[in-house]
Amino acid sequence: MKSGYEAVIGLEVHAQLKTESKAFCSCPTVYGAQPNVNVCPICLGHPGTLPVLNENLVAFAVRMGLATNCSIREHSTFSRKNYFYPDLPKGYQISQYSDPICYNGWVEIETDAGEKNIGITRIHMEEDAGKSIHDLDIDTLVDLNRSGIPLIEIVSEPDIRTAHEAYQYLLGIRQTLVFLGICDGNLEEGSLRCDANVSVRKKGDTHLNTKSEVKNLNSFRNVEKAIGYEIDRQIALMEDGNEVQHQTMMWDAGSGKTKVMRSKEEAHDYRYFAEPDLLGVTVDSVMIEKQTGLIPELGLQKKRRFMLEYGLPAYDAAILTDDVQLALYYEEACQALSERSEEACKMVSNWILTELMREMSEKKVNIRETGIGAAQLASLVDVVANGSISHKVAKEILPDMFGSDVTAQQIIKERGLEQVSDESTIKELVAQVLLVNAESVEKLKQGKTNLFGFLVGQALKASGGSANPSVVCSIMKEALEMEVGE
Amino acid sequence: MNASISISEKISEFLKNVEQHSDLNAFITINSELDSLAAISDERIAAGLARPLEGVTVAVKDNISIKGMQLTCGSKILNGFQPLYNATVVELLTDAGALMVAKTNMDEFAMGSSNETSYFGPVRNPHNKQCVPGGSSGGSAVAVAAGICDVALGSDTGGSIRQPAAFCGVYGFKPTYGRVSRYGLTAFASSLDQIGIFSNNITDMRNVFRVIAKHDKFDSTSHVNAAFNEDANTNGNANTNGNANGNANTEPLAEIRVGKLAEKYLVGCAPEIISAYNAMLQDMVQRGCVVEEVLLPNIETWIPTYFILATAEASSNLARFDGVRYGNRVGDGTSDFITDSRTDGFGEEVKRRIMLGTYVLSSGYYDAYYKKAQQARRLISNAYATMFTTVDVLALPTTPTTAFPIGDKTADVVSMWLSDLYTVSANIAGIPAISIPYGKDGKGLPIGLQLQSAMFTDEMLLDVAEQITLACAT
Repeated sequence: MKSGYEAVIGLEVHAQLKTESKAFCSCPTVYGAQPNVNVCPICLGHPGTLPVLNENLVAFAVRMGLATNCSIREHSTFSRKNYFYPDLPKGYQISQYSDPICYNGWVEIETDAGEKNIGITRIHMEEDAGKSIHDLDIDTLVDLNRSGIPLIEIVSEPDIRTAHEAYQYLLGIRQTLVFLGICDGNLEEGSLRCDANVSVRKKGDTHLNTKSEVKNLNSFRNVEKAIGYEIDRQIALMEDGNEVQHQTMMWDAGSGKTKVMRSKEEAHDYRYFAEPDLLGVTVDSVMIEKQTGLIPELGLQKKRRFMLEYGLPAYDAAILTDDVQLALYYEEACQALSERSEEACKMVSNWILTELMREMSEKKVNIRETGIGAAQLASLVDVVANGSISHKVAKEILPDMFGSDVTAQQIIKERGLEQVSDESTIKELVAQVLLVNAESVEKLKQGKTNLFGFLVGQALKASGGSANPSVVCSIMKEALEMEVGE
Repeated sequence: MNASISISEKISEFLKNVEQHSDLNAFITINSELDSLAAISDERIAAGLARPLEGVTVAVKDNISIKGMQLTCGSKILNGFQPLYNATVVELLTDAGALMVAKTNMDEFAMGSSNETSYFGPVRNPHNKQCVPGGSSGGSAVAVAAGICDVALGSDTGGSIRQPAAFCGVYGFKPTYGRVSRYGLTAFASSLDQIGIFSNNITDMRNVFRVIAKHDKFDSTSHVNAAFNEDANTNGNANTNGNANGNANTEPLAEIRVGKLAEKYLVGCAPEIISAYNAMLQDMVQRGCVVEEVLLPNIETWIPTYFILATAEASSNLARFDGVRYGNRVGDGTSDFITDSRTDGFGEEVKRRIMLGTYVLSSGYYDAYYKKAQQARRLISNAYATMFTTVDVLALPTTPTTAFPIGDKTADVVSMWLSDLYTVSANIAGIPAISIPYGKDGKGLPIGLQLQSAMFTDEMLLDVAEQITLACAT
C-alpha cells in the first residue's frame, strides 16, 4: 500500500451450515449429488408451500454468535429479501434484516503488528439460493439442490486495515466455524463465501470514503490478492484526483484484476419486509447454556496453550492447531511419551510437520488415515530421545510403522538396531580407526581439522551404523587430544 | 346432503348439473376419478364404515392444491401446472370421506370482487345471469348456490368468501386466522389469507369446519389450539346458558351482546340492505340479545391499510411465477424471459396490485406506506379487541350493495375496491366472520349480513348464525 494512505475493510462471510436438512424443508443438504435431486415442492417454490424453520439453524447461529463474543437476541424475526433470478425459486430469499439473531461481537486476530480485535457487526440466518451454471455451451442451467441450504452471514465491522489482515480474519472465522462443527469451511466448494467492502483514505482521516464491494473471492489467496488490488486501484484513482465510485466489483482471478459488475444505480432494492409465513425466533437461556457447552477450545486459545504447555514455537503451534484432528493427534502423542520433556514434545511436532504431513499431502489423507497412531509416533520419539537409535535410523524405520501397530521398540529389537553407547566398546572401535587411518590423523594434527568428521564417519561405518554418534564424537575427541597433547 | 341416494348416483347427478349449469362458468376442472371415488364411498357406507363426511361433494377453489389436478389460480401464468401434493385441507377432507369434485373458477390469484379478472372468463350469478357472483371465490359460491355441490372451499383475504356468499345467497365463513392450515393455498397475502367454507346451512358448515380446523406442522402460522372445540357454547364466555340469576334460559340467544354500527357507517349502503340489517338487529333484541351501538374509531383506515398490506405481500408472493420451473414461459435470455413471461401471463388487476405492492415496499416509500399500514393494523386489531370486551358479536352488512351487473365496475377500480369496506377488517384483525343470507332485494338478488366475533370464538359465531337463520326462516 502506498504510504500516506490507509484502507478500511469490512468482510461479509457466508457460511453454509452442516445441518442434516435444509433451512425450511426436510430435503438433505449433502454436497455433490446429481443436479435437482435434493429438492421438494417447498424448496422448489411451488404454489401453496410454506417454510418451517429448522431448529438447528438457530442452534448453530447461536453457537457461532457465542463463540465470537456476540450478544444473542432473545426475539428476532425473519424477513424477505426480494429479487428476481432464475436460481431463486420463490423470487425472494428468507433472511434476517433489522434484528439479526447475533450482534455486537468481536474476534481476535494475530497481525504482523501484534494482536488485534475485529468487531462483528452481526450474524444473521438465511437460506441459500440455487446455483446457475453458465459455463456450459448449451445454455444457462439451474441446479436447485442448494436452494434452501441454511446459511449464516457474518458481517464484520470496518476494522480491517490491510489485505493480509483480511486474510487472517477470514482464516480465523473459518477455523472457528470448523472447530464448532457447524461448517465445512471449504471456499472452493462454496460452503464458505466472502465479499469485501473496501475503501481507502488519507492516513489520519477519520471519515469513511466511498467504498466498493468486491465479490467472487473464492480462495484465501484471492481474498488477499483482490483486496490488495482494489486498494491500489482506489489509491491510484485518488492520486489522479478522481473519485471512487460506489460499485460492486467482480474479482477476476485470471487477469488478477477487479472489474465493475454493477454501479450504484443498478443496485437492487430488495424491498425487505417481515416474513409473514414464519413466527419470530426465540432464544431462551436453556439454548444459550446448551450451545455454550458445545463450544470447544478455539484456534488462538489452543495455539497459545500449545506454546505454553508444550513449549512449542508459534509456528509449530499455529500449524498444529489449525486442524482439530491434528491438534488432538499431537496431544495424544505427547501424552503417550514415556518422558514428556519440551525437547520430546518439539520432536513430536517435527515428525508431524515434516514426515506425517508429507504423507498426508501425498496420499491426500487426514492424520488419522496415515496409518501411524499417536502412541506409535510417541514410541519413535522415545527411542530417539533416549539415544536407543539415531534420528537417521528412526527415519528409516518410520515407513515400516505405517499401516501396522508395532512400536519403534519392537522394530529395533527385532532387527537389532539398538545403538551402541557402551564406552569401552566404542573406545576400542575408535582406537582401531585411528590406527588404520594414521595418515589422516597426521594431517589433522598439522591443522586439517575438517578430517575430524571423516574419522567419526569411519568409526560409525565400522560399527555398521549402530554406534551412538555423540558417544563416538566425544571419545574420538578425547583420543585425538591425548595424541595432540603428547 | 341427501342420504337416500347412493354416492354413485349423487355423482352422476353432480355431473349432470355441471353440464346443465355450464353457462355459469363456475368450474375450471372436474375431477376425472369421481366414479371410482364414489364407489369406494358406497362400499364404506354399505360396510358400515362411513366416515364423518362420506360422499359429501366439495368444490375447491382453484388456488388450493390437489395432487394431479391442474392448478390455475384463474391465471394464464400457471398454464399446464400440475401440483405434486395435496393441500392440508384437501388431505383432511379426503380422509374424512369427502369427494373433491371440482376446481372452481376465481378472480385471478384471488384479486377481485366480481370474478371478472379470471383468465377463464367471468362466473355468472345463478340468481341473475347478467350479474356477477362476487369474488374472488365466485365459482365456489355459485357451485353451492346453484345446488351443484354440498359445500365448497374458498379463500378469504379481504372478503373473498363472504362477499360472493352474500351475492349468491349462501353462507360464507372465514375462520380465525390460524385455525385452518394455509399449506397448499397459493398465497395472495399470507398474513390475511384464510381458507373458509361455503354452505347452504350451518350444520354442513360446522361439520366441514370440525374436520379442517386442525393444527398443521407444515404451516408455522397454524395455531396449536386450532382444533374444533365441542365444548364451546353459544354464550361465548360461559359454559352453561343461563341468565344473571343462574336460572336456565331456553332462548339460545339470550344475553348475547351484539354490537351494531352507527348510522353514519352505513351511508354508502343500499336502503334495502340497511332495512335487512335493522330487521336482523330487531329480531335479535326480541330474542333477548343486548344490542348496543359500538365505536369503530378507525373505519376510514380499513381500506387503505388492507390494500397496502395485501398488495405488498402479493408483490412478493407472486414473484415465484417467473416461468423458470413451471407455467407460462415466453421469450428467452438468462433472465429477460422472466419479464416476458410475467408480462404475458398476468392480467391487468394482478399487474396493478403487484406494482402497487412493489411501490409501497420500495426504499424511500416503505416508512410512508407499509410501515404506517402495519401500525394502523395494530390499532385496528386493538380497537376490535377492546370492542369484544363489551360485545360478543359485531353485526354489520357484508356488502354495501347486492350483486351488480357484469362489466359495471370493471372500469372503476377504486369503487370496486371500496366495496370491500365491511369485509377487510376481519382479515386485518384475524378474527372469524360469517356472511348469512338474509332475504332478497326488490330485484330478487340475495342480501348478505355479516357477524364477526373475537379470535377463537368461531364455534360461538356459528351457533349464533344458526339461531339467526332459524329466525329468518320463520
